[in-house]
Amino acid sequence: MKRDEALKTLARHYPSGIVVAVYQSAFDWLHIRPHPLNYFCTGAMGQASSHGLGLALGAPGEKVVVIDGDGSLLMNLGSLVTVANLAPENIFHFVSQNNMYEVNGKFPIPGADKIRFDQMALAAGYRHAFCFDEIDQFDSKIKEILELKGPVFVCMKVQPGQFYPLDYVTIHSQKTRSNFRNAIKTRLQSKT
Amino acid sequence: MKPHQNPLPIQGASIIRAFEEAGIRYIVALPDIVTCETVLWPLSSHPKFMFIPVCKEDEGVSICASLSYCSQRSVLLMQHTGFLDSVNAIRAIAVDYQLPVVMVVGLQGAEADRHPSDSDNVGIRALGPICDALELQHTVIEHEHCSVSITKWIENAYDESSPCVIFLPYPPK
Repeated sequence: MKRDEALKTLARHYPSGIVVAVYQSAFDWLHIRPHPLNYFCTGAMGQASSHGLGLALGAPGEKVVVIDGDGSLLMNLGSLVTVANLAPENIFHFVSQNNMYEVNGKFPIPGADKIRFDQMALAAGYRHAFCFDEIDQFDSKIKEILELKGPVFVCMKVQPGQFYPLDYVTIHSQKTRSNFRNAIKTRLQSKT
Repeated sequence: MKPHQNPLPIQGASIIRAFEEAGIRYIVALPDIVTCETVLWPLSSHPKFMFIPVCKEDEGVSICASLSYCSQRSVLLMQHTGFLDSVNAIRAIAVDYQLPVVMVVGLQGAEADRHPSDSDNVGIRALGPICDALELQHTVIEHEHCSVSITKWIENAYDESSPCVIFLPYPPK
């Protein structure tokens, strides 16, 4: 399935919650679902799931969707164990698996034709794990998946779709971080 | 340079009390031989803290940073080797984004007869200059009378939204 199709489908079912997104998925998501609760300030490659875990623990009444990359997750595989061990029910860990470091020259990830991220997540202790490569299947299951108790892992086997600009300035800007800080503060205050 | 002469080395209980007084709720940690017995083990089952064991130190940097967006205070306990291994995450997440990531770092192998800056261990000796190069505030805590400053360092980090490192060269009692 095309990544933009998958992300548009996810956005339709998850229009206004917290999302941690990285690399090409972040650039896509920025345009597909602009929202102050988008969290792009992960800083270092591989850290999406760890930022998502902190948000899931700090905002237990909120769902947290992480849109990780395959190369990124490979840099932080231990985080699967950390997340599964703490097991917050509100974390939904998606991975865009395109088998390459897309924004770093499209070089293939190691083991691209062998890796089963969903199996890794289950072995680490996630409650549920799924893998999709057809948009129709993904579309028909995503609503149900987002109602499960986490940690939930979803591998999206994707190909590039529509191109969105690599907007590093917005991703790393102080304004984006301030918007998120204000938005989550407001969201948390509204629930107390 | 020799360490200050003081009959009372810092106590593990004082460090934990300093965390409490600074409003820390989350302890994010990997085991460190310097702090394991008197700080980490008690914290791991302390009712006032939520204990978050991580597999690698850079995970902890991210967790502490993201908790701060939710107005939650945390500290990251680790060994200096883990600090060195996590320099890019510390630089990108804590320093560049100016987030209150508080790191408490045990100096494995620090010699008892000298200050860490004079250590024969290059990994220990380099810590101060690395922090300076990153414009990362840091301090060395050795003695019991300094325990109150731990609270102040943490409060300042959150008040100023800036990271800091507290180095512990010797095992607390």
